[in-house]
Amino acid sequence: MRHAFAFLVGLIFAVGLGLAGMTQPAKVIGFLDFTGRWDPSLAFVMLGAIAVHFILFRLVLKRKSPLFAGAFQVPGSLHLDHRLIMGSAIFGIGWGLAGYCPGPAIVSSGGGSGRAILFTAAMLIGMLLFRAFMAWDARRGDERVTQLSR
Amino acid sequence: MEIATESFTPGMSALGGALIGLSASLLMLSHGRIAGISGIVGGLLETRSKDRDWRLAFVLGLVVGGIALMFAYPGAFAVGIERGAVAVVAAGLLVGFGARLGSGCTSGHGVCGISRMSRRSLVATGTFMTTGAVTTFLYSLLAGGAS
Repeated sequence: MRHAFAFLVGLIFAVGLGLAGMTQPAKVIGFLDFTGRWDPSLAFVMLGAIAVHFILFRLVLKRKSPLFAGAFQVPGSLHLDHRLIMGSAIFGIGWGLAGYCPGPAIVSSGGGSGRAILFTAAMLIGMLLFRAFMAWDARRGDERVTQLSR
Repeated sequence: MEIATESFTPGMSALGGALIGLSASLLMLSHGRIAGISGIVGGLLETRSKDRDWRLAFVLGLVVGGIALMFAYPGAFAVGIERGAVAVVAAGLLVGFGARLGSGCTSGHGVCGISRMSRRSLVATGTFMTTGAVTTFLYSLLAGGAS
């Protein structure tokens, strides 16, 4: 039941992205490019999504717990760090370069777009590279601590 | 600045956006999780992930949603990509790495985070909108000059 629900939620998300125009990279680039003929559609996607989620999210959190899990997992960090800024900056460059972000890339892969499949494969490799980077960073941190404690 | 009226779709875009907001709310209601696509997919790639099942089910929903759109609403994929394969691969690598490093993408920060009025997500969204705009500007400048 809980997996069927997650599947359905993903399906609704995909249909939303498709209707919104997010699965058309040229439309996304048309929004990001202010210099030519500007397509403000993406602003309406965000307005629609935020208006609905702003209200429903607060109603949902009035419950003690989610339907199929022990507790709500909402990030509580307020700290603005280099990692957040650097990561978002890098993400934006990739987004502007191809016009795909993760959700639309996966949906368009399902829709049979060869370019989207190529993008999604590269994106997964990028995520694995991040995992390797984190492991390397943690190891480096451990070594530094060991050296300091000597 | 000139508005591209022929491609501007405020109604459909707002409706699609509302469905995205509904989906994100349903995931919070059912699994207590933020609907951040990069976080959900990234969790699938972690070696010690204990909650692969719902993530996989959600991603499967995205893929099947794409297949359904192809048949029911092919217009969703009408305007394809104008970029070469090298640019697409580079973009994919940057998006995958950057979204994980920055703890989120357009859905997790741009929709869910801003709805929660998270300061981190506001800063993240402002940052990737800015670098995205600069990148499209530079690309059209360079590609426009070359062609």
